[in-house]
Amino acid sequence: MAENAMTALLTENQGQGSHPQGVGRAVPVAEATTATHRGKGQTTLDSASSITLATTAADHHVARMAALALGLSVLEAAIPSPLPGVKPGLANIVTLIVLARYGWRTAAWVSLLRVLAGGLLMGNFLAPGFFLSLSGALCSLAVLAASQHLPQRWFGPVTHSIFAAFAHIAGQLLLVYFWLIPHVGLLYLVPIFAAASLLFGTVNGLIAAHYLDAQKRDWVNITTAIQPRINTDVHG
Amino acid sequence: MPFSLTHIKIGDWITLLLGSLFTVWLAATLWQGGAADKAVIRSGGKIFREVPLSRDQIIEVPGPLGLSRISIHNRQARIAADPSPRQYCVRQGWLKQAGEISICLPNQVSVELNGGRKRYDSLTY
Repeated sequence: MAENAMTALLTENQGQGSHPQGVGRAVPVAEATTATHRGKGQTTLDSASSITLATTAADHHVARMAALALGLSVLEAAIPSPLPGVKPGLANIVTLIVLARYGWRTAAWVSLLRVLAGGLLMGNFLAPGFFLSLSGALCSLAVLAASQHLPQRWFGPVTHSIFAAFAHIAGQLLLVYFWLIPHVGLLYLVPIFAAASLLFGTVNGLIAAHYLDAQKRDWVNITTAIQPRINTDVHG
Repeated sequence: MPFSLTHIKIGDWITLLLGSLFTVWLAATLWQGGAADKAVIRSGGKIFREVPLSRDQIIEVPGPLGLSRISIHNRQARIAADPSPRQYCVRQGWLKQAGEISICLPNQVSVELNGGRKRYDSLTY
């Protein structure tokens, strides 16, 4: 599924029109997985002898969400930050929405693909910044895996977002401490990072909750709700 | 669509509260110990005097080479004058944080700032 979703991400422009079934319909993860397994080995050579990977609608869906998250992280890379590491983490809004709508596995795909493609796009793939993103994303996903089981009646995206934000910065700080700056002076910055996590976690959670509630009201699929916005952003 | 707080459920408020408490606790734990409240002055390895930083004063401490003059001003302390040949302790300047220490080895005089909690044996620069 990884290669397929990645291919779908890279060939998104061509693939958009050819998979109408991916739009307006939630693809369950189990179905997506079996579809991928069926798709394995379907690598064919066409007349122009270029290699074509068979991608499913689910792959395209994951890729679309990852592309949206990627757009948000590129957007916020342009925002100046008073302290390196303090960022709004807007891409996590997408992760939260995907988590609520399609479950943890899809959210993990979207999040990790975003980190990988973000590294390639920003030019820091395999550089420290990439590993910081990765450790943050992995810790967030680990915490989300646990927090998604909280009773939905009382706990919404805001809770998940706050937990994920704290986990994100904790993961990054641990990596910084054990790899980049093994100095206790780092502890002085922890309260600032924690406060930023709380603030941005809450805001991101509110935005995600806002979208999810709006969808619940309108019975609109996430794809159709967000997709037109990408198009408007890109095409003017 | 108006952006309202109705998206926040009761558990979210609890998480928000716990998160705030956690952040405040982090700040209280990690940022304390910076403020010093007394200076411990030693001469010949024995405590000569312990003085609060709240009152500005100048203290003269006798050593084998002569008198060291210690100045306390504006919740900071320094060795203002000392007969030691290389003047390291004088050039160290003002001590501000708990745990900082200034030592004049030849004259066997030292000043150390103490706070609520002793975090380092010494701080050197």
